[in-house]
Amino acid sequence: MSRVALISIGASVALFLYILEMVRRRKLREEYSILWLSGSLVILVLSVKQEWLGRISQAIGIAYPPSFLFLVGILFILLILIHFSIAISKLHNMNKKMAQEMALMENAVRKIEEKPGGFTGT
Amino acid sequence: MEQEVPVAPEAGRVLVVIPAYREEKTIGAVVSAARAQYPYDVLVVNDGSPDGTSGAARTAGAIVLDLPFNLGIGGAVQSAFLYARDRGYDAVVRIDGDGQHEVEDIGKVLEPVIDGRADACIGSRFLGYTGYRGSIPRIFGIHHFRWLVNLFTGYRVTDPTSGFFAINRRLVEFYSANYPSDYPEVDAYILMHRLNARAVEVPVRMYARAEGKSSITTFKAVYYMVKVTLSFLINCIRSLG
Repeated sequence: MSRVALISIGASVALFLYILEMVRRRKLREEYSILWLSGSLVILVLSVKQEWLGRISQAIGIAYPPSFLFLVGILFILLILIHFSIAISKLHNMNKKMAQEMALMENAVRKIEEKPGGFTGT
Repeated sequence: MEQEVPVAPEAGRVLVVIPAYREEKTIGAVVSAARAQYPYDVLVVNDGSPDGTSGAARTAGAIVLDLPFNLGIGGAVQSAFLYARDRGYDAVVRIDGDGQHEVEDIGKVLEPVIDGRADACIGSRFLGYTGYRGSIPRIFGIHHFRWLVNLFTGYRVTDPTSGFFAINRRLVEFYSANYPSDYPEVDAYILMHRLNARAVEVPVRMYARAEGKSSITTFKAVYYMVKVTLSFLINCIRSLG
């Protein structure tokens, strides 16, 4: 087994275990772990089954099989980044709604407090 | 376009909305003028200003919504739409708190909406003589957006970036759920078009800003145009909530 294959097996196993551990400790939500886990699994499989890697590389015209691994890795990183952009946009919207609700509620509370008697009036 | 007709203001169900960020020096005068001239409730949305904007507005007799941090103009104005929706207002008129818009023109902008002739009425600084002078990038941007709005919606607008407008209950409810965040005025035309809303323009006076800085500096003009054009085009196909 070539050195680059060993390194890539080691790295993908480490990544897989690290992500699992983070999910187990609840430091990473499952929804964000799926892409990481599947990415490291695909790289792991292709590193172990080098004949598959060779065949796929040949089929799509890549002369040096390990560079197909890089391609897969980069594609997963891209997917994960898009996923993050979507997650950030969602958080942004939730944050906006929360700020608006807060302002409306603060206004309502102020109105109640300004009434004679306020909270204690009843 | 609309002719100037004296308006008999109807009490109660109209909300004057003034989004404000760092406008403590001017907001009080605008609120007082609006309250003196019209029997409407005045709502100031303080968009996370660190200065005394909120207090100045309250002292002048406005209802105040204090956002916990700066949301940007679209998010701030949308808070006011939510307020108007929840409290049952029939129409909302939006003006600036920095003295750029003429409080006396509120009636004129509201009139087509109150009459039921339009769902939205936008005050234009370019209809008739209004004495407005803008920077070159700003004028260029306005021409670009005029063309864009006309091409995609068929609305014949003269002042697509005007933030002086009135809308009826139908649009208030719609905007409560769908309102663009950053520079909402141009995008609003696409939303109105998709709702088949009737929009008209009336001439209003606009002045150079009395205090503070415009949200659109020369430096940001290009970014603004690209961003608004993109969001305009996306709003043509966006799913509405």
